[in-house]
Amino acid sequence: MEEVLLIKLGEIVLKGLNRKTFEQVLLKNIRRRLAPRGEFTVTSAQSTIYVKPASPEADLDLAEEKAGKIFGVIAYARACAVEKEIGAIQRAAAEYLKNELAGVSTFKVEGKRSDKKFPLTSMEAAAQVGGYLLSKNPHLSVDVHNPELTVRVEIREEAAYIHGAPRPGAGGLPVGTGGQAAILISGGIDSPVAAWMMARRGVELTAIHFASPPYTSERAEMKVQELLRKVSEYSGRMKMYTVEIAHMQEEIRDKCPEELFTIIMRRFMMRASTRIAEKTGCSALITGESLGQVASQTIQAIACTDAAAEMPVFRPLIGTDKAEIVSLSHQIGTFDISIEPYEDCCTVFTPRHPRTRPSLPFVEKAEAALDVQALVDECLESVRCVEITPERIYPAETASF
Amino acid sequence: MEIKHEIYLDNSATTRVCEEAAKKALELMTAEYGNPSSLHTMGVRAETAMTQARRAVAQAMSVQEKNIVFTSGGTESNNLALFGAAYARRKRGKRIVTTAVEHHSVLYTAQQLEKEGFEVIYLKPGRDGYIREEDVFEAVTRDTILVSVMAVNNETGAIFPVEAAAAAIKRAGAPALLHVDAVQAFGKLPLRPAKMGIDLMSISGHKIHAPKGIGALYIANGVHLTPRVFGGGQEQNIRPGTESVPLIGALGAAVEALPPVAQEEAAMRALNQSLREKLADMPGVVIHSPEDGLPCILNFSAGTVRAETMLHFLASRGIYVSSGSACAKSARSHVLTAMGLPQKEIDSSLRVSFSRYNTEEDVAALVTALEEGLRTLARAR
Repeated sequence: MEEVLLIKLGEIVLKGLNRKTFEQVLLKNIRRRLAPRGEFTVTSAQSTIYVKPASPEADLDLAEEKAGKIFGVIAYARACAVEKEIGAIQRAAAEYLKNELAGVSTFKVEGKRSDKKFPLTSMEAAAQVGGYLLSKNPHLSVDVHNPELTVRVEIREEAAYIHGAPRPGAGGLPVGTGGQAAILISGGIDSPVAAWMMARRGVELTAIHFASPPYTSERAEMKVQELLRKVSEYSGRMKMYTVEIAHMQEEIRDKCPEELFTIIMRRFMMRASTRIAEKTGCSALITGESLGQVASQTIQAIACTDAAAEMPVFRPLIGTDKAEIVSLSHQIGTFDISIEPYEDCCTVFTPRHPRTRPSLPFVEKAEAALDVQALVDECLESVRCVEITPERIYPAETASF
Repeated sequence: MEIKHEIYLDNSATTRVCEEAAKKALELMTAEYGNPSSLHTMGVRAETAMTQARRAVAQAMSVQEKNIVFTSGGTESNNLALFGAAYARRKRGKRIVTTAVEHHSVLYTAQQLEKEGFEVIYLKPGRDGYIREEDVFEAVTRDTILVSVMAVNNETGAIFPVEAAAAAIKRAGAPALLHVDAVQAFGKLPLRPAKMGIDLMSISGHKIHAPKGIGALYIANGVHLTPRVFGGGQEQNIRPGTESVPLIGALGAAVEALPPVAQEEAAMRALNQSLREKLADMPGVVIHSPEDGLPCILNFSAGTVRAETMLHFLASRGIYVSSGSACAKSARSHVLTAMGLPQKEIDSSLRVSFSRYNTEEDVAALVTALEEGLRTLARAR
């Protein structure tokens, strides 16, 4: 009995002439994501991708777990492949789904015949398999409307496949089909979710993090790396650049009105990020802002921040509620990491009463007290870099932008 | 490091610590000795070492790091799982199902729970050492709150019906948690608790070439245990106390050094098969371990020679095996007794257990010594 992983494509199947390209990227992503788990053959036919173990250490359990986190996959199921003969199919179904059948009281069988040369229709095949399973499992009864377990029998070109309930995939589009963008990541709940959402739309990620040593600690940075490692389980590997901004923050504190501290700092972040993004092949920035959540996330504040960015800024969370963001972060697995209590650069020198409706001319006038260009240059002179993969975090060379 | 040559065939009792684990422990005792809760860099480095170990253990089970709580070993993991689960669910029922041949850290905990008002069902194995699946389905009722089944029996190597237990809980619609004592199975069987419907799973370091005094408990998402120990919030408050970073690091290193399960299985199978064939030719030898059990364990009776006598004879030849289970010195094996074996066979039963450090030569040396022992000791009677 050969076991395979059947992967069903999502939105890709709606693509017209580009479909092949999307499919190729997805195949490449699946191969790359499974590589640390042993050798697999990954092929596609009839809107389904087949993953088969190709070496003794190739572990389908782990492959299945990975498949649930690959964007572009709408559903996946572990199945056993058998020859297209009804007796063999019956025996395989009873054996392969033994534990699942033991755990339920009601079931039904669904047949799907895409190989029309097979002598039985979908309905007939389902009825015969159902009858056999009943005879082997006296505790079961058939319930076609609300069964606890649905056994699926797919009769395809190369073989018949038997599986239980397919699992929902991560949806979205394959990473890499939507260009490249840079996520501005803090240590909070929102930005990892924003990164995940854009990756789900096929965007390849680069991460930019701002740190303020000695005001912020190594632990805060490790927390961000850990958050990104979680996100990378979905988005694939990415680089994270850490920009140190303590001196810039001190300058703003000393020379600008306190109520504008956050907004001016965020404008600095936008300028620095634009430059890193441009030089690393990104064509947009991503932030985790949600309208009205804090003072710097009002329409007016966002307008001021945007004016300092020289590329599109995506804010996938702009219209979401905190509760929705929290629920997504639980799903992604970043929530528990996000709530670890370390100072981040945004909580250093926080103004007591931030301005909620700043106007751009007013902010620009305040900024004139600073040598903006020199401060940005200084931050970008030595930017630390690590490469993040789901398995581990590799130190990379310090960069200068 | 030179390791003196002995033929150690008692790996289910404990194992030699692997170089990787010993090195890691030394490093974490003498160089990176910070407290993982400290905010400074040394604390961070200790915490990183711990995170890495947690990740290694989690990955070996295909679960998330937050599912892993470090403990002092198998006994503590089993105690925490049973007491923690029974008390967390005591409002939903009193019935606990386990087997009569669990390790004593499960058995005696279950007996204690009986004294505290819980009702415990002990399933008995057949002569072949197996627990029948039908018995599991029958025993798990709607009001069962905990099922504890070992993955592999430590004396015979028989593999127990863990997945059937999960199915039984599901079919009965019971509010039961499923605990699996995987101390003997971890690293040797493909165990995926999240996939197999296991809620709690105990492992121990010293059975897989990590030091003694370290173990872990897998706790599934959403499962709450009533803690037994209170303190400074470590290990998600389930098992507080400053973490034993050197031992935790060593456990992680030992797990990372484990060969892939399939490879280990094949190597152990070869040794087991070879010993079985040779024992089959020896008169008076009866094998108790099932053919398709865990291949690193082989339990058999050596004729009429009492196990202890034979054990000492073998030890005098530099060969180390165990009589029954090493944990309960001189007590008659409760496992073989529950299997209904004749008393004479129980009293002469030996357990050989392999690790990846054993070779074909070790098997040959054991057989030679056994033959010699059977000749000389039988005559002395």
